[in-house]
Amino acid sequence: MTVSLDAADVPLHWSPGPIDGPEPHITVRGLYKQFNDTVIYENFDLDIPRGKFVSVFGPNGCGKSTLINLISGLIPLDSGDVRFGGKTLQDTRIGYVFQNYREALFPWMSAFENIVYALLLRKVSRPEAEERVHKLVTHLGVRIDLTLFPYMMSGGQQQLVSIMRALVIEPEVLFLDEPFSALDYEMTLFMREQLQRIFEETGMTMMLVSHDLEEAVYLADYVLLLTRRPGRIAAYPRIDVPRPRNDATLANAEFVRQKAEALEIFQREVRR
Amino acid sequence: MTAKKDKYLPLVGVFGLIAFWYLGYFVRIVDPVLLPPPHAAAKALWQGMMGGKLYSDFLVTVMRTLAAISIAAVIAIPLGIVLGANERLYRAVEFIIDFFRSTPASAMFPLFLVIFGVGDRTKIFVAAFGAALVILFNVAYGVMNARKTRILAAKIMGASNWRIMKDVVLMESLPQTFVGLRNGISLALVIVVVAEMFIGSVNGIGNRVFTAQQMFEMPDMYAAIFAAGALGYGLNIVFLMIEKSFVHWSGK
Ligand SMILES: Nc1ncnc2c1ncn2[C@@H]1O[C@H](COP(=O)(O)OP(=O)(O)OP(=O)(O)O)[C@@H](O)[C@H]1O
Ligand SMILES: [Mg+2]
Repeated sequence: MTVSLDAADVPLHWSPGPIDGPEPHITVRGLYKQFNDTVIYENFDLDIPRGKFVSVFGPNGCGKSTLINLISGLIPLDSGDVRFGGKTLQDTRIGYVFQNYREALFPWMSAFENIVYALLLRKVSRPEAEERVHKLVTHLGVRIDLTLFPYMMSGGQQQLVSIMRALVIEPEVLFLDEPFSALDYEMTLFMREQLQRIFEETGMTMMLVSHDLEEAVYLADYVLLLTRRPGRIAAYPRIDVPRPRNDATLANAEFVRQKAEALEIFQREVRR
Repeated sequence: MTAKKDKYLPLVGVFGLIAFWYLGYFVRIVDPVLLPPPHAAAKALWQGMMGGKLYSDFLVTVMRTLAAISIAAVIAIPLGIVLGANERLYRAVEFIIDFFRSTPASAMFPLFLVIFGVGDRTKIFVAAFGAALVILFNVAYGVMNARKTRILAAKIMGASNWRIMKDVVLMESLPQTFVGLRNGISLALVIVVVAEMFIGSVNGIGNRVFTAQQMFEMPDMYAAIFAAGALGYGLNIVFLMIEKSFVHWSGK
C-alpha cells in the first residue's frame, strides 16, 4: 500500500462513539476546556460504551489526563455536559486510580484502613465495611499483608491497594491514569493481568490512559486515539482479539495489525 | 561488626573534650578559679541535681518552657490551620508573621515587661510569643502544602470539604507541625533562660548560671550550663520520640 495522503486530508473520526456503536455508558457533549489561554477541548463529543474497556492514547500533553479528570469531576468543565447513562456524576459511583500511588494512598492509615475508608465515606458502617474489604481480598486472591502501612510496601503492592480502594465501592466506572507507569516491568506485567482479570470478572466500564501503545491495545476493547490540542478523536477502533489475552495475544495477527494501524494514526497525528 | 562499634563513636568526642579540658586545667591556660577541673564541675552537677538548688532551678525552667510551648501551641496550631486553609488570608498576614519571626524575641522583653510586669508571666509570654510564630508558620505551610493528589483522592471518593480538611489536610500537615513544635520549644528554652538571667529573676537555670558567675562559684556555673544543655538536648529527644510514634510516616 503506497497511499500517501496529506495529513490535513485525512478525515478524523466522525462519530462520538466507536463505529459499531454499542450502548454508551458515558456521553460527553459539547465539552469545552481551556487552561490559561490554551484550548484543550473545544466542542468535543465522546461516547464510552458500557461495560467495555477503553484505552486512551495520544501525543504528549494532548489532554488525556485532562479528559478523564473532566469526566470524573476532578477538574471542572468550562462548558459542556457529561452523563453516565442519563445520570449525573453525583448519582454515579466512580473509582479513580492515580498514576502516583505514593501520593494517592494515605500513609497514616494501614493499607486495610485505606480501603475501609473509601466505604466509610460512602456511609457504610465499619463492621460492614471491614467485611466487604475482607470479601474483596478473598475474591481477588490478594496475598499481601494489609496491616502494613503503604510506605512499607513495594510500588506494585501500593498500586494494588489503590486499585482495591477504587474497586471496593463497586464502582460503575473505573478511571485509571497511567496506573502502571511508575512500576518496574515485571510488576507492570503482573498488574496488567490483575486488571484484566478484574475487568473480566466485574464487567465494569473502564477507561485507562496509557502512554504504552502495546499496553493500550492489549487491554482494550476500544482504543480512543486523540489528536494534538485542541483534542479531537483521531480514531476509535475496536480491538477484535479474544479474551483472556495473554502472551500469545502479542503474536496474534489481528492484534499486531491493529497495533500497527494505531501506531500509524498516532504518528500521523504527531506530525500533523 | 562496625555498626556495633560505631555506636560508641560519639563517646570519642565526649572523652576528647574532657581530656582537652584536663589538659587546659593542668597547663593553666586560664586561672584555675575560672576553669575548675571537670571532676569539680561534675561533682557540682551531681550534688546540685540530687536535691540541691540546681535541681529546683532546673524544674522551674522546665515548667516555664513547657508552659510557654503549651500556650504557643494552643494559639498557633488552630490559627495556622485557618491561615493555611485560606491561602489569601495567609498572604495578607505573611509579611507580619515573617517580620516578627525575624525579630529577636529578646527585643520584645521591655514591651512585655511594661505590660505584664516582672514575674513569671513576662518570661513565659515572651517565649510563647517567639515559639508561636515558629509554630504558626510551620502549621500554615504544612496545611498549604498538603499533597494535592491525596486531596483529590478523598474528593473522588466522595469526601465532603469538612472531611477532606479533617481527615486529609490535617493529617498531611502533622509532620510539619511537629517540625514547628520542635523548633518552637528550642526557641522557647533559649528565651526563658535569657529572661531568667536578666529580668529580675530569683530562680531558673539562667538565674543559676548568672548568680554562680557573679559569686565566682565556677563549678556551679559549669554545672548549671551542662544542666541547661542536657535540658535542651533532652527536650529535643523527647519531641523526636513523640514525633516518631505520632507521625510515623513522616519523610517516607
Ligand atoms: N492545571 C493546569 N493548568 C494549566 N495547564 C494545564 C493544567 N493541567 C494540564 N495543563 C495543560 O493541558 C495540556 C493537557 O494536559 P494533560 O495532562 O491532560 O495531558 P496528557 O495528555 O495527559 O499528557 P501526558 O502524556 O504528558 O500525561 C498540557 O499542555 C498541560 O500543560
Ligand atoms: Mg497525563
